[in-house]
Amino acid sequence: MLCGSAGCGKTLFSMTFLYNGATQFDEPGVFIAFEEQPEDLVKNVGSLSYDIQRLIDEKKLAVDHIHIDRNEIEESGEYDLDGLFIRLGFAIDSVKAKRVVIDTIETLFGGLDNEAVLRSELRRLFEWLKEKGVTAIITGERGDGQLTRYGLEEYVADCVILLDNRVQEQLSTRRLRIVKYRGSAHGTNEYPFIIDEQGITVMPVTSAGLAHDASTERISSGIPDLDAMLEGKGYFKGSSILISGMAGSGKSTTSAHFADAACARGERCIYFAMEESPAQIMRNMKSIGLDLQHWVDKGLLKFSARRPNLYGLETHLAAMHREVREFDPAAVVVDPMSALMSAGVTTDVQSMILRLVDFLKSRGITALFTNLGHGQAESATTEMQISSLMDVWLLLYNRETNGEHNRQLYLIKSRGMAHSNQVREFIMSRDGIKLREAYIGPEGVLTGSARLAQEAKEKAAALDRQQEIERRNRDIARKRREIAAQIEALQAELDGEVAEASLLTEQADASREQLDADRTAMAAIRQVSSRAKAKAK
Amino acid sequence: MTEQDGYNLRLYVAGQTPKSLNAIANLKKLCEKHLTGRYTIEVIDLMKDPALAQRDQIVAIPTLIRQLPEPLKRIIGDLSNAEKVLVGLDIAPT
Repeated sequence: MLCGSAGCGKTLFSMTFLYNGATQFDEPGVFIAFEEQPEDLVKNVGSLSYDIQRLIDEKKLAVDHIHIDRNEIEESGEYDLDGLFIRLGFAIDSVKAKRVVIDTIETLFGGLDNEAVLRSELRRLFEWLKEKGVTAIITGERGDGQLTRYGLEEYVADCVILLDNRVQEQLSTRRLRIVKYRGSAHGTNEYPFIIDEQGITVMPVTSAGLAHDASTERISSGIPDLDAMLEGKGYFKGSSILISGMAGSGKSTTSAHFADAACARGERCIYFAMEESPAQIMRNMKSIGLDLQHWVDKGLLKFSARRPNLYGLETHLAAMHREVREFDPAAVVVDPMSALMSAGVTTDVQSMILRLVDFLKSRGITALFTNLGHGQAESATTEMQISSLMDVWLLLYNRETNGEHNRQLYLIKSRGMAHSNQVREFIMSRDGIKLREAYIGPEGVLTGSARLAQEAKEKAAALDRQQEIERRNRDIARKRREIAAQIEALQAELDGEVAEASLLTEQADASREQLDADRTAMAAIRQVSSRAKAKAK
Repeated sequence: MTEQDGYNLRLYVAGQTPKSLNAIANLKKLCEKHLTGRYTIEVIDLMKDPALAQRDQIVAIPTLIRQLPEPLKRIIGDLSNAEKVLVGLDIAPT
């Protein structure tokens, strides 16, 4: 039993059931249409790339239109619905059907008056279908206060699926809920689904387990200087990276570098652009020396640009899922993720991002999200409260000093690696992004011209010091010479004194010798004179 | 019987159920009484020929279809209520 209000996809849902049965499981089907002509039906579901006509020609599908017009019918006496049984039986036998869709049987209530007969006949019909061993989908309009307008769910009781198309904040989301399913542990939540040219896609709301493989492989961020901050190796493969920052702080550029690096490794990459068109991104990236066009030409890079508020979040998610499955990329960029805020309420966006991250991680895809922040970049929160889901978080911000805005980058976190904790100056040049070590001094972090001025100042100071040293050295040399001269003079003085002293000694010696000689001479004279005295005696 | 004002009636039944037999009997009785000599009746048993059910959009059994004169009319049931049948077939009671 499939029920839902008008336009929620009952007919398409049931046609998908038959189409896939016939094409994938070799189970032919019968479609009993009460509302649409077979030709219209074929045409309408043709928009979903279902080639019903081919299946009819191959006898894999029988479409029967049952038309009941109240104006043509007069009731007289007792009747039953054997005609319907016979037609159904005939259609089933003609293609040996295993699947049956009756869309929408309630039309009978509009065409025939005798409700008592109808009810008993329907009960008989469903039992008869069961006996036939076919799987049947009965669609029904949603009624007030009950699942179907005529309470058909009382008869068809094995499984009831409710389709719903709800509008929230001007965006409609189709949802599906299994109301009951006998003999199975079914999910009880509402699951969003989408209808597009590929048919119907249902997405489980969350995969409960957290069992991703953690790769130790490292991949480059595309910016050598940033890699250097991440132990010189870059991100972990399969991790989720968040780049947040204000407008114009270089988020897209960083993302483009990442995409470029992925393609340069020969990996495929999808760039989900939410705000800019692919051509615009490519033009802009050329200005910093990144040529993304040739990756697109090579089939390695795929741009997927979509307006966030074009459809609901679930549709976005499903479309992303499908593109990822089809393209099988190794890297994904969502720029900017915050644009999705306009497509839903915060809690929904958060849960959607959670599922996206979950999905990408389970496939080992490295994902880079950008987030447009407002106001103070330092207030380290994201609007969606998803920073905790991310493995790496880069914060880019503009800081205004001395009348200029300078970009700065920091690594707030990077799980599982010893990353740099320094603020870097982020410079976009013709050759891409460069990260400079910002000047950190007593006056705080200096960037831009202030950094240059500071550097110049330091250079001048260094020169001054050099000159000072040279001057000192010269002084010392001069002093040394002076002292040497003094030493020389003193030495000369000393020499002079020594010479004088020795002269004096010589003189003394000479006089002593003279004295001795005199004394001897005197003695000789005295001896002579005493002898003369003695002679005289 | 002329083609112009003749009644071309087709009665769909499924097997020899009491309802079917009643319907056939009731129809014959009615036609004899009100349309003497101006009618043809074709009884189709869908049990024998199920493909025909699709052609004339048969859902309920028994169904009586007035092929001629135009427009097409259908009456479901065992035709036990003669008045309703006459109204359905646009036959003025005589």
